[in-house]
Amino acid sequence: MKIVVCIKQVPATNDAKIDPETKRIIREGLKAILNPFDTYAVEEAVQLRERFGGEVIVLSMGPEKAALSIREAVSVGADRGVLLSDRAFGGSDTWATSYALANAIRKIGDVDLVICGKQAVDGDTAQVGPGIAAHLDWKQATYVMAVEDASDDSIVVKRMHEDGYDICELKLPAVVTVVKDINTPRIPTLRGRLASEKIEVPVWKPADIGADLSKIGLDGSPTRVVRTAPPPPRNTVTKKISGTSAECADALIKELRLRSIL
Amino acid sequence: MRVNDDKQKNDYSNVWVIAEVLSGKIQPVTHELAGTARMLADKRGSEVWIVLLGNNVSEQAGTLFAYGADKVLVADDGSMANFNDEIEARVLVRMIDKYKPEIVICGATTRGRALIPRVAVVTDSGLTADCTELDIDPENGDLLQTRPAFGGNIMATIRCSDHRPQMSTVRPRVMKAPDPDPGRTGEIITENVTVSDKIDIKRILEVFHSSEAAVNLADAQIIIAGGRAMKGPEGFDILRAFAARVGGAVGASRAAVDAGWIPYAHQVGQTGQTVQTKVYIACGISGQIQHLVGMQSCDLIIAIDKNPDTPMMQMADIAVTGDIFEIVPALTAAIPKL
Repeated sequence: MKIVVCIKQVPATNDAKIDPETKRIIREGLKAILNPFDTYAVEEAVQLRERFGGEVIVLSMGPEKAALSIREAVSVGADRGVLLSDRAFGGSDTWATSYALANAIRKIGDVDLVICGKQAVDGDTAQVGPGIAAHLDWKQATYVMAVEDASDDSIVVKRMHEDGYDICELKLPAVVTVVKDINTPRIPTLRGRLASEKIEVPVWKPADIGADLSKIGLDGSPTRVVRTAPPPPRNTVTKKISGTSAECADALIKELRLRSIL
Repeated sequence: MRVNDDKQKNDYSNVWVIAEVLSGKIQPVTHELAGTARMLADKRGSEVWIVLLGNNVSEQAGTLFAYGADKVLVADDGSMANFNDEIEARVLVRMIDKYKPEIVICGATTRGRALIPRVAVVTDSGLTADCTELDIDPENGDLLQTRPAFGGNIMATIRCSDHRPQMSTVRPRVMKAPDPDPGRTGEIITENVTVSDKIDIKRILEVFHSSEAAVNLADAQIIIAGGRAMKGPEGFDILRAFAARVGGAVGASRAAVDAGWIPYAHQVGQTGQTVQTKVYIACGISGQIQHLVGMQSCDLIIAIDKNPDTPMMQMADIAVTGDIFEIVPALTAAIPKL
């Protein structure tokens, strides 16, 4: 099975601090990490290769330093990676991003399965996975919590829904997006680390993937951010309640009534 | 479709809402979005259409007029009894090509988030996820879509000036459902599902619906969430009792989920769900950044903890210092049964 895992490098929130004024997270100066949901996508791909054979190729779009996230995926078992990096890709929204990734998947060739994380934690849209499936005209399954079975030409997955789950069979090729429940990502081995340092990460430009320049970057993006503003301010003063448990409960009920919640 | 001028834009009209159907029933998010669609359509002088896809859903179509719909576009077919994104996307794309809506709004649910990106790509439309505010330029119909970005640290307003239709998803409970007006009527239009819609699709082998599995963090007005301080799976019982009393949902921190005390579907935070409820009650959750990004956009945050100095207690609107195992049951007891 030839599997492509699409990954994204995102800002790490681990070391973030809360701004005491606005009570929101300070994002400036954060280092970059592999999107947490993508670690499950990489692990699932590596497990499938271990069970059924084949190859795991990691694909990302971003600045050149995003190659580090590709190396991280190789350190935990991916075979190789490709990076789409060029000024012309900059400013892509989810439509343009999924177009570029789909073109790269075609260029990689003979791909059976694409695995993505459910969403990236910076944009939170969950649109790129289904977008890739649409550009390729492949079947899709989102919010996948287990891969039940797989063969050369099909995969059986369990999808999470608001009111339960279902199990469905998709003929390959297909795109699946995975949630955290699906596995426990492994820790890199020494051999994996060495492999990740040695590997060459080819950088592809729009021409390499036959991309129509009017469909990538800012020009290829139907949506455009026209304004950014701070979010509506939170109550910056915390109302403090303490006392006996009964007093606390009473005071809290009063607060909820005051706000017409009860 | 890319549009080059206002004349081409004017080929597209009306505001559509994609109805959310779960276990055969229209969900409240549909009514909430109908209210917003009505506001947009009134500013623009156009109509609200609701698209209803599913199996045996036709008889519910008439209920949607009361919430502001002028027309209901129905495709009712056994092939859509379960969620088959590929079929629904093909049917929706055909409807869009035929009737050319200016705006399409869909619930940001697991189904909506799977379906709409697929449709947006095929129809070459702009799509914005998880909008918290929608407004319209009455002159040219451009939709002004506001959404939180970077974990709620920035509100970005997004415009899609040169593509039609314009598509948005909105989470349940973000918009307010209008009071139903039973006197309103409208027109029901039926569209067929064709044989070609049903070829080369996935095969759904097994379906499991359960009200117990229904966590519905996205659909709740009040979430009460627990962390490591709940001490074990039984600890969550007091949260369940409270949630049941107020019609809310139970959330959890990653620590509690990783400990196996409660299923992953309850997890709030960066690798769980992002929630935007009216009230979020954090019980013994210290407030790691990864948790805070998942709930900091809730309207009212209440923290209950023994330790008054945790990040959660400091960011909360109301911080209660005390014993969760006494305060939560006392709260539940003090709230009259619904």
